[in-house]
Amino acid sequence: MDAFTTLTGIAAPLPMANVDTDKIIPARFLKTIARTGLGKSLFANLRYREDGSENPDFVLNQEPYRHAEILVTHENFGCGSSREHAPWALLDFGIRCVIAPDFADIFHNNSFKNGILPVRLPREVCDQLMEDARLGGNARLTVDLERQVVVRPNGEEISFEIDPLRRHLLLNGLDDIGQTMQKSASIDGFETKQRAAQPWLYGAAQQEERTAS
Amino acid sequence: MSGTKPRTLYDKIFDAHLVETLPDGTALLYIDRHLVHEVTSPQAFEGLRMAKRPVRRLEGTVAVVDHNIATDASRYTGIDDPESRVQVETLERNVKEFNVPYIPLTDARQGIVHVIGPEQGLSLPGMTIVCGDSHTSTHGALGALAFGIGTSEVEHVLATQTLLQKRAKNMRVTVEGALPAGCTAKDIVLAIIGKIGTAGGNGHVIEYAGSTIRALDMAGRFSVCNMSIEAGARAGMIAPDQTTFDYVKGRPHAPKGEYFDRAVEWWKTLPTDEGAVFDKEVFLDAAEIVPMVSWGTSPEDVLPITGTVPNPEEGADEARRAQLRRMVDYMGLTPGQKLTDLKVDVVFIGSCTNSRIEDMRAAAAIARGRRVAEGVRAMVVPGSGLVKLQAEQEGLDAVFKEAGFEWREAGCSMCLGMNPDKLTPGQRCASTSNRNFEGRQGPGGRTHLCSPAMAAAAAVTGRLTDVREIAEGKH
Repeated sequence: MDAFTTLTGIAAPLPMANVDTDKIIPARFLKTIARTGLGKSLFANLRYREDGSENPDFVLNQEPYRHAEILVTHENFGCGSSREHAPWALLDFGIRCVIAPDFADIFHNNSFKNGILPVRLPREVCDQLMEDARLGGNARLTVDLERQVVVRPNGEEISFEIDPLRRHLLLNGLDDIGQTMQKSASIDGFETKQRAAQPWLYGAAQQEERTAS
Repeated sequence: MSGTKPRTLYDKIFDAHLVETLPDGTALLYIDRHLVHEVTSPQAFEGLRMAKRPVRRLEGTVAVVDHNIATDASRYTGIDDPESRVQVETLERNVKEFNVPYIPLTDARQGIVHVIGPEQGLSLPGMTIVCGDSHTSTHGALGALAFGIGTSEVEHVLATQTLLQKRAKNMRVTVEGALPAGCTAKDIVLAIIGKIGTAGGNGHVIEYAGSTIRALDMAGRFSVCNMSIEAGARAGMIAPDQTTFDYVKGRPHAPKGEYFDRAVEWWKTLPTDEGAVFDKEVFLDAAEIVPMVSWGTSPEDVLPITGTVPNPEEGADEARRAQLRRMVDYMGLTPGQKLTDLKVDVVFIGSCTNSRIEDMRAAAAIARGRRVAEGVRAMVVPGSGLVKLQAEQEGLDAVFKEAGFEWREAGCSMCLGMNPDKLTPGQRCASTSNRNFEGRQGPGGRTHLCSPAMAAAAAVTGRLTDVREIAEGKH
């Protein structure tokens, strides 16, 4: 996973609430066994017409938003399924930061695992940033994770909250599996205790049954 | 953690699985059961392979195919769609390489992961259960902590049998009173989502309580917990009771003999303590519930079947008005139109929400002696091979077939538009599934969520129908 420190880029405005994961990437594109290559299917049902041509009304088909690295949107972004293809598609398109009033839990979690920073800011601030985003290529936003601020094109800084552990992992591009593997003695200890208290969870139930009969 | 402070069902299961608390308060949570399917696992196994990591606990893991497969006989002669085939073959290669227990397509126990977990006794009260699928919340009906995870977390669980978790907030939804005629568990949960909204449970685990919930059978409880995620809650739970224990007893992977008694003893300690504090409480009077149907493209946009299509111009603010306009347009509706005037093209009875034997029976009760309306395609897709067998033993397949319904093989089918069962653009579908998002059942498809009885009623009349009118002999 790539580290996330500071990002300055074009922000695309997507003024919709409850953008669900089927909108972000429809299920027919989940048949891949890779994490990459999903960018072309991002927002497919909004982005392409039935004949496969681009829908010129959709923001990511317009300049300069084809090169957006930040998405500014409304409440409950990423609701619906647990598909990690949603952050994979955003990432593959080039979006590394989504700013919204709030996010659905699983999407929020999945984003961090892929080096995408979800920034929660109040609705009125998101609306302001959306106005900035509408100014296009000359109005880049900066998202500084180190200092926990979003910098508007006019230089105004807006601070945001973030979980310290997640911030640390993102800043350093750390994979949490490796970290957890270091706790294996603790996990062994838990299993030993649980096995004594609930042996039926350890495949013993049926064996016991066979022994007894 | 276990002191004298009253705790919720969620707190108790969480505490019982705490391996370690990290300095910042993040919990390392032990996972008892990990269910794996073909769509969200290939990249996780690939990650293990690249890092040369084994699956930590094989007996805690089980894999099955459900999302991608056809639900007609063609599936036994090979999968036509090349991408689907690669995904299924990849799972089969991965389970072999990593020695993961696997229920293949040809096994009678194969089915939707959230149907077969409980059916096989793989999911038990008090467990932590995860799967790379948001409807894992279903298993919480057993009094378990069950939630959906992304593929990175699938890899994390495969490698470590744990997850890094922040403790969620506690929310209780209490439903009291007798459920009115024609209403089912599905109508309860649609009414709840309509009330609290699709983000109402964000950051929370929902415990469903009250006399209405306690009176539900396990199939009904699964339907309610299944749709917790549609209210934004990763997990939904119902306290285990005698209904739960009777359901679990005798299942293939359930504890047996003395172990069962010991397990029940523990499970009985799980219900929320008197005086435990919930961060959020919601109350519903069952008497106010009517047969529900969704009209828009978010599960919160539900109405009683007696309702009419809302007027977007009455939305609270411009953003909501724009959203309502888009929904009315996408769904091909006219403001003020009666929901019962909407003609359906397709009826889908199935999915992890409503494909258990009780759902089959409820739909068959409406189908019996009636005919699917002219021009309507109606399909019934049992949740597992075993549900299918049982329904056939009860003669339900004959009821459906005589009425003109298709009787199909187990799988996710038309719930999600990634296997051959899909809507075509503009088709309107009465569906017992869980999501009515744009394009969910196929690009341009229009979904109306409802109960199995309501879906069967729509099949025989050819339009959305108040199931109570069927009971009154009006159709």
